[in-house]
Amino acid sequence: MTYSVDNVNSDMSMLECLDVLNEQLIENGDDPVAFEHDCREGICGSCGFMINGIAHGPLPATTVCQLTMRHFRDGQELVLEPWRAKAFPLIKDLVVDRRSFDRIIAAGGYISVSTGSAPDGNAILVPKESADRAMDAAACIGCGACVAACPNASAALFTGAKIAHLGILPQGKPERDIRAIRMVTQMNAEGFGGCTNIGECTGVCPKEIPLEVIAAMNRDYFRGSWRERDNVVTTLRPFTEWSTGSKLKVDPHSGN
Amino acid sequence: MQLDARIPSGPIEAAWDKARFNMKLVNPANKRKHSIIVVGSGLAGASAAATLGELGYRVSCFCFQDSPRRAHSIAAQGGINAAKNYQNDGDSIYRLFYDTVKGGDFRSREANVYRLAQISVNIIDQCVAQGVPFAREYGGTLTNRSFGGAQVSRTFYARGQTGQQLLLGAYQALERQVQAGTVTMYPRTEMLDLIVIDDHARGIVTRNLVTGEIDTHLADAVILGTGGYGNVYYLSTNAKGSNVTAIWRAHKKGALFANPCFTQIHPTCIPVSGDYQSKLTLMSESLRNDGRIWVPRKKGDKRAPDEIPEEDRDYYLERRYPSFGNLVPRDVASRNAKYVCDEGRGVGETGLGVYLDFADAIQRLGRKAIEDRYGNLFEMYQRITDEDPYKVPMRIYPAIHYTMGGLWVDYYLMSTIPGLFVVGEANFSDHGANRLGASALMQGLSDGYFIVPYTVGDYLATNKLERVDESHFEIRNAVACVEQTVQKLLSIKGRRTVDSFHRELGKIVWEYCGMSRTAQGLENAIQQIRQLRDEYWQNVNVPGSGEDFNQSLEKAGRVADFFELAELMCIDALERNESCGGHFREEYQTAEGEAQRDDDNYSYVAAWGYRGYGNPPDLVKEPLDFEYVHPAQRSYK
Repeated sequence: MTYSVDNVNSDMSMLECLDVLNEQLIENGDDPVAFEHDCREGICGSCGFMINGIAHGPLPATTVCQLTMRHFRDGQELVLEPWRAKAFPLIKDLVVDRRSFDRIIAAGGYISVSTGSAPDGNAILVPKESADRAMDAAACIGCGACVAACPNASAALFTGAKIAHLGILPQGKPERDIRAIRMVTQMNAEGFGGCTNIGECTGVCPKEIPLEVIAAMNRDYFRGSWRERDNVVTTLRPFTEWSTGSKLKVDPHSGN
Repeated sequence: MQLDARIPSGPIEAAWDKARFNMKLVNPANKRKHSIIVVGSGLAGASAAATLGELGYRVSCFCFQDSPRRAHSIAAQGGINAAKNYQNDGDSIYRLFYDTVKGGDFRSREANVYRLAQISVNIIDQCVAQGVPFAREYGGTLTNRSFGGAQVSRTFYARGQTGQQLLLGAYQALERQVQAGTVTMYPRTEMLDLIVIDDHARGIVTRNLVTGEIDTHLADAVILGTGGYGNVYYLSTNAKGSNVTAIWRAHKKGALFANPCFTQIHPTCIPVSGDYQSKLTLMSESLRNDGRIWVPRKKGDKRAPDEIPEEDRDYYLERRYPSFGNLVPRDVASRNAKYVCDEGRGVGETGLGVYLDFADAIQRLGRKAIEDRYGNLFEMYQRITDEDPYKVPMRIYPAIHYTMGGLWVDYYLMSTIPGLFVVGEANFSDHGANRLGASALMQGLSDGYFIVPYTVGDYLATNKLERVDESHFEIRNAVACVEQTVQKLLSIKGRRTVDSFHRELGKIVWEYCGMSRTAQGLENAIQQIRQLRDEYWQNVNVPGSGEDFNQSLEKAGRVADFFELAELMCIDALERNESCGGHFREEYQTAEGEAQRDDDNYSYVAAWGYRGYGNPPDLVKEPLDFEYVHPAQRSYK
């Protein structure tokens, strides 16, 4: 579908431009374009689509909701596409289903500490450098641009970011091995591609998550698989079904 | 109707411990027999759902976004308060309690606030244990910064993304319970009604936002953590999806709505730049730690900021309030910004802006230190305005940000409908007429981690609930009403879009029920809102059908509820003939232009009961007694 929007103000964001388009379409009795969005300030990770083949558009470290139209020329044609990946089934127009990301987190992207069992905040000393590096990795907003930009549709940057965040902190050390094994297993079962060190992901990431988190993930997975080699968890099957009914197809011979 | 807050008797320091001991418990083996619904997956909802799941209850959690991690708590920037006194500067539980009651302009319930301060220390511990990457000192301990309304440094932060990290901690705990099988998560599912059977909350009616399917979910208790209603103003710092629907439908089923006119305007947001503007972007209050607010001394001074010498600048907050300076509470800072702009001394193209200047801080601390503290905030500002705050001062203007009002709850966070609990911004408690910075994150997690898991248990242990199934007439009725409303909205096919009505409603409430209010203005507003609402139901155009993904239909239902809420807000503001916190009635101000409270006549919570559209709501007053913090004229001089 091709649409034209006139009188675009250069201070408008890309999504505000789509709002204006949608108001026009509705007024003309047509269907508006469906796109996901919420905070409009680059932190919730809801929004995201390809603009002329680049995830979140031409400006680095910027989500589409933060991208202002001053970065485009009058009369320019913009091709908008949803995130394309087998693990992100299309719902409508620019909206895709990213529950595969939630399932990766559920597989191990947490520290197992129930409410009420925590020691005093200062009982665990965290070197400033570790806190800063953990924060760099923790800044991932879960938007999926990394998957969309990767020719293999790999989720390595997303999974690596969480593994790195929790693995750097002393609180995350007790579960570091199991976490990596389970999250990587789940990631593979979801149908994401493998990482071949291309680097498109970090290039489009709105939070500039560094590629090093993938190295951290690989290292933790490798070391964890070795250390846990006698533990039944290495032969653990990933989730095959999700609570709201969407079933995964897991290949029992995939070697996970 | 009488409101009973069920506050435990005796000294306030022991009240919560006493309540916890006296609450009935649910045997560990019996917990799995109880089902609990949590609507909303923000800080309050996710922490409640995760904790209840850990305890062994069967929990169903709902959110309208595609994932629980999208809740708007994620956008909170500046930090979370706790009375740890790590900085050794005189903080204590009592002082945090005192500052919060005073900051709320003596319109909150002392017992709730004391408990909040008490629990604040446990929250930090829990978050650190979950791996929230709080900022640290070089020695490895947690660091702090100061925030508006306080003279101590008690705010814990993770760069300018504290809300994000706290929410991710709760979200991760929630997903752990999803994996464990104790919580079933329903994303892209919106609550459209509450099911009340024999006066008890027994479930919700939902709509699947992908398939359009209308469904019912039954439970032994329902918890609403659905956030604030700032989007009634259309332009606010809220996410586009934030709405009042869940609590409004509960209100129409009998849950009293307290203090709806207590809305907070945040002083530091990026100014509006055009009509297409879809929301206002918050610049964290933590910036006021190091930034200095000023406008030109003379009206009409249109020189660029670096051409205006010191003697021609008016650092008006430092001038008027020497002891708090730029860290006065939000309502004071916002009103002062409005005054100087009304006088014609505002900056920027629209004249609706003031400067927040970091030049002195950069000179004193160095650019690197400022980058460390506020890095992402400065980048965000530059991305949106194309101005570099390291070189020119930021332009800011007040915007609607938080709502202190919400469903009335007692000390156990239960509403006037037994079995319906309300947590986080969706409830009215704790912040009175003005919320202090860094306390929303604190309240959401306090409610979700450390209060409602106990109080829901007490309710379940003391109420024998009959089994219900979907054939019950209340349920069939509720489903039919929801289906009817959806069909009605789709069938009108008028000439105006939902957004165009929403924008117009927003302008009415901003003008007459915003930073400053008058009796005449509020009466005008009520008339205009009623007229606009009538037009809405005749002339709105909602394209598409109800059977698939339809964002206009989602918005249409939410805006319909905003009309009714807006009217209640104006009625509440009209009834409260005093000024307090964020509610400023021009007829009631001191000679210096500060809020003038009337403690003799208005020291109460105004809780409103729904009597059907077109009928005046019922006012039920909960009197407020201040035994520990004596009401005084709030002064930050």
